[in-house]
Order: sequence, then structure tokens, then C-alpha cells
Amino acid sequence: MPFEEKMTWVSLVVAVAVPIWYVATMISRLQSTHAADIAFQRPLITAIIASVVLTVIGAIVMSIGTSVTATIQGRKPEDEIDRKDERDKTISRRGDLIGFYVSTAGVVGVLALTMLEYEYVWIASALYLSFAVGTLVGSVVKIVSYHRGF
Amino acid sequence: MGKPTRVTNRIRALRFAAGEMTQADLADKVGVTRQTVIAIEQGRYSPSLEMAFQIARVFDVPLDDVFQYPQEG
Repeated sequence: MPFEEKMTWVSLVVAVAVPIWYVATMISRLQSTHAADIAFQRPLITAIIASVVLTVIGAIVMSIGTSVTATIQGRKPEDEIDRKDERDKTISRRGDLIGFYVSTAGVVGVLALTMLEYEYVWIASALYLSFAVGTLVGSVVKIVSYHRGF
Repeated sequence: MGKPTRVTNRIRALRFAAGEMTQADLADKVGVTRQTVIAIEQGRYSPSLEMAFQIARVFDVPLDDVFQYPQEG
């Protein structure tokens, strides 16, 4: 598996796990508090920071794992980690573009929520989930492209 | 697993003719990942013209001896 694909798996796992935690937290709070009074700021900031931190940790773990595997197989670790060819770049661009379209569609929905004067919690959550789903879709497109070709 | 490209190639045969060169050796010579060589061999990825020339140069053969494209109709 190319190192870029491993990093895509890290993004995918983070893009699934963190939004699930955020949505679960919001649902539990909405059961006891009215949407207008809900404190969404802390969970939202936690989710954003957690996404960054978990991605960095995932990158470190993948780098160490790839280095160890490459050393065992008698290959240079830097060749495995640093080598990024035109196929990796094309797949990355393709996934990012489709993810961007998905995020953009979500942002249009956020605009609609804003014009309809929904509570801040809905607007902020929809905006966050637009980016999260965009990242998720982009990661899936990349992994499918790696395996099925394009 | 589908084959999204109509470009076919003889890389596998050329590797064996070149002293059973491994996919990893070819990847190192061209400067790509081994997975990209595998994807090209299996017809899951069409390389750029530049990479195609680099591959042909490794085997010291013309481009047409490595990659083929079927006639229309």
C-alpha cells in the first residue's frame, strides 16, 4: 500500500470517528436543552482540534510502521515514505475536488439555514459536518481510485 | 476489478526478458511507487507520456513495444 493511501485511510477514520462523537454529543445535549440555549462551542472546537491531533498521531504511527516494515524487507524507509508519484498526485487531486464539491453543496445548505434564521447550533453544526462529509467523501474517492483505477 | 483504460502494455514480459527485473526494481528506476507499476501492468492506470517514455527507456525499446492502443472499430 503506498504511503499516500495509508494517510488517506487515516483521514477517513478521523473523518468518520470525530463527527460521530460530535453528533452523539449534540444529540445527548439536545434531549435536555433547547437548541437556542445549547452550548455547542466547546464540543465543536474539541472536534476540530481532535481531527488535527488524531491526523498527526495517525501520520506518526503510519510513518513508524512503514519504516519498520521497509527495514524488515530490506528497503530504504525514506523511499517508502517520501516517494509520491504522478498517480498519487492525480488521485489526491481527484479526491480533493469531489470532496470540495460535496462541502460546497453543504455550505449552500448552511446559507439556507442562515437565511431561515435557524439557531446558531444548527448553522455551526451543519457547517462543520459539510467539511467533515466533504473530507469523508474525498477520502473514499481516493481509496476507490487506488483500488479500482480510473 | 475493472480495467478503466484501453491502453495495454507488455511490461511484465519485458521485465522477465530483462533478467527477471522485479516490479520494485522498475519502480526504483522510474522513480515511482511499486504500486503504480502494479497498477500500470494490470491496466488500472494509464501513465503520463513522460512516465511511459521513462519506462520504455529502462527496457531500451521504442514506446510502441511497451504500450499499445487498440484500433477503433
